[in-house]
Amino acid sequence: MSNIPGDLKYASSHEWVRSESEGTVTVGISDFAQEQLGDVVFVELPEVGAEVSAGDAIAVVESVKAASDIYAPVSGEIVEVNESLTDSPEQVNDDPYENGWFFKIKPSDGEEMNDLMDAESYQDSCAE
Amino acid sequence: MNQRTPLYENHLQAGAKMVDFSGWDMPINYGSQVVEHEIVRTSVGMFDVSHMTVVDLSGPDSKTYLQKLLANNVDKLKTLGKALYTGMLNADGGVIDDLIVYLTENGYRLVVNCATREKDLKWMESVSNGYEVNLTERPDLAMVAVQGPEAINTIKKMYPELADQFTNLKPFNALMNNDWYFARTGYTGEDGFEIILPADEASDFWEKLLAAGVKPCGLAARDTLRLEAGMNLYGSDMDESVSPLQANMGWTVAFDPSDRDFIGREALETEKADGIKMKLAGLILEGRGVMRAGQQVIFPDSSVKGQITSGTFSPSLKVSIALARIPVDTGSFCEVEMRGKLLPARVVKLPFVRNGKPVYE
Repeated sequence: MSNIPGDLKYASSHEWVRSESEGTVTVGISDFAQEQLGDVVFVELPEVGAEVSAGDAIAVVESVKAASDIYAPVSGEIVEVNESLTDSPEQVNDDPYENGWFFKIKPSDGEEMNDLMDAESYQDSCAE
Repeated sequence: MNQRTPLYENHLQAGAKMVDFSGWDMPINYGSQVVEHEIVRTSVGMFDVSHMTVVDLSGPDSKTYLQKLLANNVDKLKTLGKALYTGMLNADGGVIDDLIVYLTENGYRLVVNCATREKDLKWMESVSNGYEVNLTERPDLAMVAVQGPEAINTIKKMYPELADQFTNLKPFNALMNNDWYFARTGYTGEDGFEIILPADEASDFWEKLLAAGVKPCGLAARDTLRLEAGMNLYGSDMDESVSPLQANMGWTVAFDPSDRDFIGREALETEKADGIKMKLAGLILEGRGVMRAGQQVIFPDSSVKGQITSGTFSPSLKVSIALARIPVDTGSFCEVEMRGKLLPARVVKLPFVRNGKPVYE
């Protein structure tokens, strides 16, 4: 059974989103997603400073098995990316909710967070 | 419901992630395919390959029948247990399947792919018209591949009374004892055995291997291992639309003696006379990314494009490798079209890895 922390929000495309105290959100992919992908070998991250819209494909995660797009769950500016994934992409498998984070966004529209799923709805969507 | 091998429960106990593979529930990995890959390259792993189809052949015309049916010549099989890799072609020279054939006490044993089982059996039946042969499928057998540098030693320790025979068993030969076959063959580029055994003894055997320290490995690791070893996967690297001469299988086609009229011979001879235009080659990506089947390969010195037939990330080499069908007369530099970008790659001599070490040039 996948680990789906209750304090995060989730997109139907399997990104998790955590609201940080400084007003940004951290984004990664869920435990369910990393299990489906298998061993991650490359991660392509967005540019810091890029303006992104919710639903844009802005990163790529490539496993031995397949390549997958990572979508911006909310609109805003990319303020930080997890450079350590370049050398250690396996962190996405080993620790998807902490060391395996992808990027941080400063949201331009706080309302968009309400469009994301809570843990319970996400769990249901994974079971379908 | 999907078919299950006699090892289904063993897989679940070992924590396998099961997937559908051509109508069978098979283990894709037991956690990490990369870890399983590395185990086979450095120590010893085991694969359940019981989904593959075993067909026994007997009858007075067995040899002449196989000399018609197969592109390689079973006349090369001089001693009991000797194995031969071959294509089974259609009249146009396309590959119906690739298989291993063994010389046995009662005739021959063929091991064919699971995904092609039905069409293979149908084809083998139809070609048998006019030959006095019996084709018997053996669903009562299971098959386990034990592969890696420690494979032979591990099996020797399990069967000390057979240790000398295992040591002396040459590659592509099998030691046979009733329904147990220990064949020194594999699909990983490492030393090891493919063991055919009675289905009702498979679960005990698997548990004994586990106790001896052999790690279960899934189909995902099997695929990266065979690709590093430069071995073809039927349905990806060749199929009925592809000649063995364009699939790196030229060495498996026995044109001598010239009067052996195997199915597909005429088409291959015409192809050779006209000049073979494409070949299957190895590619190494020079940048970051992973080559995947279906991607286009572009050469600066050729108007004809190539195509990736199998691609992956190589856990041993830490770069992306692929098999690609490309024009025969190009240089080694090429570009692969990946996700809208062109990334540089290099054509290399196969295999990529053999016995744990990089060997490509």
